[in-house]
Amino acid sequence: MSERVELAHNAAGRKVPSVVNGRPQIPYLGVGKYQVRGRKAAPPLRSNKDYPDNGNKRLPDLTTALKKGGLRDGMVISNHHHLRDGDRVALMALEAAAKLGIRDLTWFPSASFPSQKSAIDLMQSGVIHHIEGSMNGPLGDYCSQGKMRGTGVLRSHGGRWQAIQDGEVHIDIAIIAAPTADAFGNADGSHGKSACGSLGFALADSMYADTVIVVTDNLVPFPCIPWQIQGNNVDYVVEVDSIGDPAKIVSGTTQITRSPNRLRIAELVARFMREAGIMRNGFSFQAGAGGIALAFVDYLRRMMKEDGVKARFVRGGSTRYLVEMLHEGLTDYILDGQTFDLDAVKSIASDPRHVPTSPFTSYNYHGKGNFASMVDAVVLGATEVDVNFNGNVVTHSDGRLLHGIGGWQNCLFAKCTILAVPSFRDRIPVIVDEVTTLTGPGELIDVVVTERGIAINPQRQDLLDAVKGSNLPVRSIQEIKAEVEQICGGRPAKPKLGDRPVAVVKWVDGRVLDTVWQVG
Amino acid sequence: MSGAKEKRTAQAAEAGHWGKDVRSDLHVSLEPSDSGGLEITLESRVSAYYGTSILAQTRQVLETLGVKHARVAIHDEGALPFVISSRIETAVKRAGLGSGKKAMPEKVALPASSARDRLRRSRLYLPGSEPKYFINASLHQPDAIILDLEDSVHHAEKDAARILVRNALRAVDFGDCERMLRINQLPLGLEDLVELIPEQPDLVLVPKVEHPGQIAEVDRMIGELKARQDINRAIWLMPIIESALGIENAFAIVAASPNVVALTIGLEDYTADLGVARTVDGRESLYARSRIVNASRAAGVQAIDSVFSDVADTEALRQWGENSRALGFEGMGCIHPSQIPVVYAAFSPSPAEVEKAEKIVAAFEEAQQRGLGVVSLGSKMIDPPVVQRAQKLVTRAKATKQ
Repeated sequence: MSERVELAHNAAGRKVPSVVNGRPQIPYLGVGKYQVRGRKAAPPLRSNKDYPDNGNKRLPDLTTALKKGGLRDGMVISNHHHLRDGDRVALMALEAAAKLGIRDLTWFPSASFPSQKSAIDLMQSGVIHHIEGSMNGPLGDYCSQGKMRGTGVLRSHGGRWQAIQDGEVHIDIAIIAAPTADAFGNADGSHGKSACGSLGFALADSMYADTVIVVTDNLVPFPCIPWQIQGNNVDYVVEVDSIGDPAKIVSGTTQITRSPNRLRIAELVARFMREAGIMRNGFSFQAGAGGIALAFVDYLRRMMKEDGVKARFVRGGSTRYLVEMLHEGLTDYILDGQTFDLDAVKSIASDPRHVPTSPFTSYNYHGKGNFASMVDAVVLGATEVDVNFNGNVVTHSDGRLLHGIGGWQNCLFAKCTILAVPSFRDRIPVIVDEVTTLTGPGELIDVVVTERGIAINPQRQDLLDAVKGSNLPVRSIQEIKAEVEQICGGRPAKPKLGDRPVAVVKWVDGRVLDTVWQVG
Repeated sequence: MSGAKEKRTAQAAEAGHWGKDVRSDLHVSLEPSDSGGLEITLESRVSAYYGTSILAQTRQVLETLGVKHARVAIHDEGALPFVISSRIETAVKRAGLGSGKKAMPEKVALPASSARDRLRRSRLYLPGSEPKYFINASLHQPDAIILDLEDSVHHAEKDAARILVRNALRAVDFGDCERMLRINQLPLGLEDLVELIPEQPDLVLVPKVEHPGQIAEVDRMIGELKARQDINRAIWLMPIIESALGIENAFAIVAASPNVVALTIGLEDYTADLGVARTVDGRESLYARSRIVNASRAAGVQAIDSVFSDVADTEALRQWGENSRALGFEGMGCIHPSQIPVVYAAFSPSPAEVEKAEKIVAAFEEAQQRGLGVVSLGSKMIDPPVVQRAQKLVTRAKATKQ
């Protein structure tokens, strides 16, 4: 069971534990208030004399690689999630560890997926002590119910890089699933039967882990071109029949929502960007692959054509829609963090204007700047937004774990952050008095677009002025909230949360922003 | 799903829907008992937030309906309060329980009554048994919404839809939309009127009209119900012609009541009656549609076109709409909100048309001021009907600029 710890109030007024999994924590101090010092963590020094001159680092199987990598009880094992729900490598590694009789591992994936639910068995049998990484579906429920031995730690993609780089998480063994690799360990995600596009989430693991194992089902003769993972960081290469289920790695086609409400929200977002003057020559934007985001891209693209406007770059979550914009000359570049469908994978493999990025270039907060803050507008979702524009993406309104943070927190630094959300789902209001779990501070959230109107953060007088006189339905967030409560038959009851922390939400600087509490 | 409505003795009954793919609805199953009061069980995807509220509402609705003893099981998928009351009332009715009283949700303010000649370019169909579409319908800004009791509602669900639509007319804010109601074919449609006229819809669509007598009958019934309820505001009529015989009687049908404000056609049924296929350019119905336009004009009411059923093909819809406007129609039906802006564009005069009309109106006003009998624009003399048409177009263009 997780340790009994002191709780402290952080700068956002949230109660957070001062120790998590035995490590002392600093509570969140505010946006830009924590000053990091010191030097980056680094992997141990190695010498060429210990690696084959012919560059052949192949080992017969993963178990051998784990043994040679010195796998021991209590180690930190990492995986990336570019293969999404189709991934087979993470469980392959954890099950191999189980067979070796290993216990008390910390599993540190960049995200977990429902198909990895048998990790629950490995937690119950003691192989895994706890997971640090996003948890949803069955794993989310397991953690929410307080069944995990340690405390979950939820980080953004940038926050995961920051934690590794700052030495807050030390990866003992990184196991990197690679759709293509050579025997030296150069690896890439854009080719092969299990192609997934960018491998950016695995980059930090390859640079900072003590031992790096590349697992591939498409071993090519040296050199693997292009390479996103450098073989110079890799210890061992293991060839397997299959690293994942291609059907679940990328979707064949991404479909735009047909829901009238979601389409309306998407159209309002695009109209807002046009009316506010954000959509202008040379601008940039980011949108994910969710239903509203895809539809938004389609509306914006039409408006860009109508107005003869071209973007300098777009950031994705890349899909067919961004690829089409690239082909139509509506953007010069796609800077790609994750590649979601077949068209996007094909594009990143063949078009030099479609560039893979990593959390280092895009999201890391402890660096010399990043791309996310340079983007003119980003369109994000949320499960809840409160009247102070604070957002929640990690839990349901009842406090159960729902999503990982993904790049969400990192994207809040864009010049204009837009949350595109329905004002209520079923009967559950999305606009609330106070978010259940604070994931993003309201001072960074500029606009909330719902089907019932657009609320602009009063701190953004410039945006309020920019759309003055337009025919957009701009309203106060309180007004929308009141209307929704009227429709839903009153304010919802506050869900009863336990008093035991089951996970913490880290801010982009590694400080503790909020706590996820055990639910009934 | 039981649609039985026997009233003899109390029996177990159910109403509504639940399941993984159901949203904003609920399922009520009800078992009468002789004693023991009300035993209510609730499973709800929103129970953490509204569980207590749903239980309290259930109890209150059952008490209002006069049900004292029953076992009630509710599976809720996030239904709004007006839906919850509807489903419970339906189950109680189907079970043959209760005192015959109704459980009316609180009313939102009734919008201003609708003008005879208001814009009716788009009307959005809302299936009367699908509550999830009601609440946000007006956000898509159709000129009207139609709560449909007819073709979109399964026979076994007619009783449920009637109650649900009644509660929607009371509890849902449809904004600036005209609130239209499509009743069932007569005589069932007359029962719909009894339940729904007290909620004062703005307009009643009467389906499958073939004779003026049918409109007269509906009109008389509405008149009686209005008098009984002391309703003063207008409740307009829009007959739907859906057969060859109806087309032959079109003018007599429009002229059957002064409350008829528009006439429309149902092309699926009409083409079926002719035994021809419906095509994208609609040449098989050109005659019928022109008859509709002519009869409407002759009677001084609006001619409104049918719906376009391929939701995915917006280009074909645009062409259909433009053609329809050229024939003399003033609007058409929409079966998906995405059709609304396309229909608006098709039925709006082009900027060039508006500009020309504005010039004519300005010339007319100037001539009036100067006391000139003859209006001229440049070297052209403008006839009075041209001025009238221009005035209409300018007014319409102003009205359509939202």
